[in-house]
Amino acid sequence: MSTLEIRDLHVSVETKEGPKPILRGVDLTINSGETHAIMGPNGSGKSTLAYSLAGHPKYEITSGTVTLDGEDVLAMSVDERARAGLFLAMQYPVEVPGVSVSNFLRTAKTAIDGEAPPLRTWVKEMTGAMDKLRMDTTFSERSVNEGFSGGEKKRHEILQMELLKPRFAILDETDSGLDVDALRIVSEGVNRVKESTEVGVLLITHYTRILRYITPDFVHVFVDGRVAEEGGPELAERLENEGYDRFLASGASA
Amino acid sequence: MSTTTPQAAGLSTDHSRATADGAHTHGVGGVPQSSRAARATSFDVADFPVPSGREEEWRFSPVDRIAPLFAAETGTLAGHGVLTTVVNAPEVEVEIVDRDDARLGTAGRPGDRAAAVAWASFPRATVVTVPAQAVASTVTSVRVEGVEGQLEPTASHLLVHAKPMSEATVVIDHVGSAMLTETVEVVAEDGAHLTVVSVQDWAEGSVHTAAHRVTLGRDATVKHIVVTLGGDVVRLTPDAEFAGEGGSVEMLGVYFADAGQHQEQRLFVDHAVPNCKSRVTYKGALQGEGAHTVWVGDVLIRKEAEGTDTYELNRNLVLTDGARADSVPNLEIETGLIEGAGHASATGRFDDEQLFYLRARGIPETDARRLVVRGFFAELINQIGVTEVEERLIDAIERELAQSMSEFAGAAAVTGGDLASDITPETDAERAILNEPASVTSADERA
Repeated sequence: MSTLEIRDLHVSVETKEGPKPILRGVDLTINSGETHAIMGPNGSGKSTLAYSLAGHPKYEITSGTVTLDGEDVLAMSVDERARAGLFLAMQYPVEVPGVSVSNFLRTAKTAIDGEAPPLRTWVKEMTGAMDKLRMDTTFSERSVNEGFSGGEKKRHEILQMELLKPRFAILDETDSGLDVDALRIVSEGVNRVKESTEVGVLLITHYTRILRYITPDFVHVFVDGRVAEEGGPELAERLENEGYDRFLASGASA
Repeated sequence: MSTTTPQAAGLSTDHSRATADGAHTHGVGGVPQSSRAARATSFDVADFPVPSGREEEWRFSPVDRIAPLFAAETGTLAGHGVLTTVVNAPEVEVEIVDRDDARLGTAGRPGDRAAAVAWASFPRATVVTVPAQAVASTVTSVRVEGVEGQLEPTASHLLVHAKPMSEATVVIDHVGSAMLTETVEVVAEDGAHLTVVSVQDWAEGSVHTAAHRVTLGRDATVKHIVVTLGGDVVRLTPDAEFAGEGGSVEMLGVYFADAGQHQEQRLFVDHAVPNCKSRVTYKGALQGEGAHTVWVGDVLIRKEAEGTDTYELNRNLVLTDGARADSVPNLEIETGLIEGAGHASATGRFDDEQLFYLRARGIPETDARRLVVRGFFAELINQIGVTEVEERLIDAIERELAQSMSEFAGAAAVTGGDLASDITPETDAERAILNEPASVTSADERA
């Protein structure tokens, strides 16, 4: 049982006009096995939260803490965070020309586990996971994300989640741009990891659609860089019907 | 200037991938430049004044460091600074011949002072002949080794002659310490399939200029590969000319420049006859203060060369501050009736987003950088097709990276053992998994 704890997190990004605050005091506690949906309108800071947790250099933490079982996550480098068990499925995965998917996956697995996976079981595990995500085996020979369609990139992200078995996975708008079939395949992948491991999931999404496939235990509504409302799955239903208007209206008057 | 331009289908010049515009010209720079066809070539040293560094073909070169090879006083060099050893395939013949042998000097003509001095100076030449229809069963290795302890300005001459319908691979290896101006003549007669690899792996202090002159007969196929790693100054001028229709040349280059090294390659592909194909792909990495690479790729499609298909590409990856890459593709087209013509040049630094992506998967920074650099070269290395050269190149790149990665060692705390050794393939099966060819082929680079 692990806990990822975010306390009063403030984050800025550097702009031409100087530092611009994006997150203004985020509090979240995620335990193993829990799925938290973070919802909110564009520009509310959802992706900033994801990248800040992963340690992207563009985002500056101005105050607050993030701990993983008491360990200071913010003091860790990007790769240390991943090795500590954090995983970020990116909204826009990056192309790495000339590095094959299989080499990349095996290198990542070796880094996370601290030792190279036994070749025979590894290949089986990899091809099995690819098969379940309806990824052709020729995928493993392609360069990472190069020439991948939007749906292929997202499946590749979830493939990594399945193979790397993180303690906490942050899924940054994994559903955006997917058609219904691809959304189902990706969601099934996430659910498989949820069933087979104790992963805690932070599911960041603009739409409620993915929540039909991945059931959240908690829903947090992000507005203007902080959590504006929290609740159970019923909150997602309410958002589905009402949209974000009432939050935006209150945000404007505040 | 004519306003009516006949446009043939498929004619394209791909500029979409070009970056670093300051270093990317299209034949019209600040200084008026005549056609490459008008550039002087001659076997007579007297036709080439000693370069000052202001000449178009020497403007990127450290002429003071190359100066001993210009033989300013006499026009010839008398040194014996290198030893040439050949281990030939059983089907391939090797001879040492006098300089007046009629077979020498048939492929092109010297195009600069160093090349003319090389032609004027060599006492005897090495001739490697692949007999007609012979298929070499092994690689033929030519080792050009600097004689220890001295840097005597020296000239050498090698002719690789593939007779009609023959097939062979010749690897020329340059090692040791030398001050050398070299001519490599490559004659591929009708229907020959020839691969020539030239590896420059000199010891520190070496200075090397080399004129590679390739001529292709009807339906001949030549793969010309340059690998430059060691030596203070290495300046290569590979020329390829088509003497018969249906010829195809693939010119590949890999270079890795460290602090203080100057690595220059000036290519010229002369499409003088119809229906020939050329592909030029050079990739280089640079690291350290004063590392300097130069790539100039001239392609000339003469009026007669209808049906030409050509594409050239240069990519440079700058790994540290203080390094400089010059990249100048030039394409001259005198006929619109061609299959296709394009070029692309890009010079970039490490992509921080790539590093972030890899590190976000737990891969330490040093290993992530290694992956990116390996990936940068992987596709090209896979095209070489000569296993021992590929393996040696991969090893050499690893060594180069090990050197630079120490600079970053403090930045990444590597836990869980030595990852670099963990991802070294130990068995053929693993090798197969780790080294599968990248999905992208050079064809995909085309516009």
